[in-house]
Amino acid sequence: MPDLLPALPEIFVLTLACAVLLVEAYTKNGYWSYALTQLTLLGAAVLTVFTTSADTVYAFNGLFVDDLMGDVLKLMTYLAAIVSVVYSRTYLTDRGMFRGEYFALLLFAVLGMMVMISAAHFLSLYLGLELLSLSLYAMVALQRDSKVATEAAMKYFVLGALASGLLLYGMSLIYGLTGSLHLAEVAATVDFRNQTVLAFGLVFLLAGLGFKLGAAPFHMWVPDIYHGAPTAVTLFLGSVPKLAAFAFVMRLLVDGLHPAVGDWQQMLAVMAVVSLVVGNLAAIVQTNIKRMLAYSTIAHMGFLLLGVLSGSYAGYSAAMFYVVTYVLMSLGAFGMVVYLSRGGFEAERVDDFRGLNATHPWLAAVMAMMMLSMAGLPPFLGFYAKLTVLQALVGAGWLWLAVVAVLMSLIGAYYYLRVVKVMYFDAPHAEPLVPATAAGDVRALLSLNGAAVLLLGILPQPLITLCAYAIQASFR
Amino acid sequence: MDFTSLVFYLFSAILVVAGLRVVTARNPVHSALALVLAFFTGACLWMLLEAEFLAITLVLVYVGAVMVLFLFVVMMLDINIEEMRRGFWDYLPLAALVAVLMAIEMITVLAGERFGLAPPSPKPADYSNTRELGLLIYTDYVYAFELAAVILLVAIVAAIALTLRRRPGRKSVDPAEQVKVRRADRVRLVSLKPQKAEAREEEA
Repeated sequence: MPDLLPALPEIFVLTLACAVLLVEAYTKNGYWSYALTQLTLLGAAVLTVFTTSADTVYAFNGLFVDDLMGDVLKLMTYLAAIVSVVYSRTYLTDRGMFRGEYFALLLFAVLGMMVMISAAHFLSLYLGLELLSLSLYAMVALQRDSKVATEAAMKYFVLGALASGLLLYGMSLIYGLTGSLHLAEVAATVDFRNQTVLAFGLVFLLAGLGFKLGAAPFHMWVPDIYHGAPTAVTLFLGSVPKLAAFAFVMRLLVDGLHPAVGDWQQMLAVMAVVSLVVGNLAAIVQTNIKRMLAYSTIAHMGFLLLGVLSGSYAGYSAAMFYVVTYVLMSLGAFGMVVYLSRGGFEAERVDDFRGLNATHPWLAAVMAMMMLSMAGLPPFLGFYAKLTVLQALVGAGWLWLAVVAVLMSLIGAYYYLRVVKVMYFDAPHAEPLVPATAAGDVRALLSLNGAAVLLLGILPQPLITLCAYAIQASFR
Repeated sequence: MDFTSLVFYLFSAILVVAGLRVVTARNPVHSALALVLAFFTGACLWMLLEAEFLAITLVLVYVGAVMVLFLFVVMMLDINIEEMRRGFWDYLPLAALVAVLMAIEMITVLAGERFGLAPPSPKPADYSNTRELGLLIYTDYVYAFELAAVILLVAIVAAIALTLRRRPGRKSVDPAEQVKVRRADRVRLVSLKPQKAEAREEEA
């Protein structure tokens, strides 16, 4: 009998995701599924909090690991999923997507992320990733009559399958080299007499990782999918899975292949620099805010890789802090795009935000906070995220990378500030931008999101300490 | 060259030819049949590697079930293969060049017998692959096994959510509604005034 207790949150989410399917079948009313989804995520959060300990526990014959980093990331995942579901409610209702299938797929995606976060074995890493990806493909395609959404889903599916293939090929080469799929055993038995196969497998693994993270030069799918997907789905897939992707990188490279740190550092350095350059430069010319945020995601993933590649505890915790920060900011930014959209109208051009300050000063202020935080301006949270990553980089002796990162952030500030300029200094549209049916709870949550970015920016220490502690406890 | 190698090269040659036929055949049914041959030969190769269970599963599941379904679909659909393959020969030289270059690069990187790794020792004759797999799947790897089941469930949900359309104006009937019907729903008694009297009144 395997020890099921460490996986209690996973079992809970799986059971209730199936319950959502049944509820949908019998009630045909989206509100029940919606409420049950929120309860599931809250319940999973409670279970995770109660099963948390600073010790690392293995279960299911070493396929599953429950450690502090995993618990913190899982809690963030639930939180982000709850917020994204609340933000997208009106949008989904307007477009006839407010149905049980959407919420069931969302819960399965969350389950996939939880499996990835808690994986200690190549098999569970891969299965978690596939569970997440498959749910996301379906969510992107859920708006069946939209040509752009279908095209985006097709592209996402084909490229995602290719990336999975690359990842599997890399895993199989590493398995051939070490004779084990357990990440801990892989780390213990990596054969350095055969550097060629190791490097060869690593190249495929990192190419697959790059695809899944959306880091350049494997970023081609990101703008198209972010643009084509229904905005509510973009909000979800652009924010929440990044936490799991970070855990995936940490498990694979730090848990599993830490002995090969010299090899993957160089490959990550190339990917990070290309991501920063491509992301920031391409974002400048975008007129569609979803595409702009997609390119900015690529740049942010470059920053995340910078933290990981410094190869120290400081770097890992900086990367974790960065990814948590990024999720908060992208939830706010995409949440605003979703909030301003309404039936038959997508507020997806930068121009749609023109003069928002004149009509809705508070919304403009929240959006401005998100943009300034993404640009990395003090006193917002994004500044400290960038600062800790740069500190870790310089501490590890990668001075030139830090210089490149700062230069690219300066260029990147331009397109974030452009949104602020459009909102504050341009004349507003004649027709009102905010729909009359805008829900009060969404507005309150958006405000809270903005306040979090500002307050955590003024007092970032608790979050930084939490990340550092989680990393220390998990990767001793 | 020992007998095993001879058999290996024979099967490999058949596999490569069958694989090429899948993409070059003019008739889609021929492509599907070539794919059946490719799967079967692949299963024979696995058999050589002492992976009996995988080989039998490949034949049973892919050749037996999936490919039959595939053939049905291919025969049902009216596919204009020339239309789909337009540009195949135009792109072939470039694609072949890229493929050959990639193959050469990989061979130079990985030159040497089995990447320089030691071959695994063969198992004794009474070793049952199937039995070992069965034991592992339901004990050590039950977590992965269950996850694979969840992925299949998601595939079902996704397929239904993406294709099931409840069209308005559908003519199908719901038996439950039919049984529940009452007389009042179907028959409406209308009391009409005598028509002639009315007409006479108008005249007056």
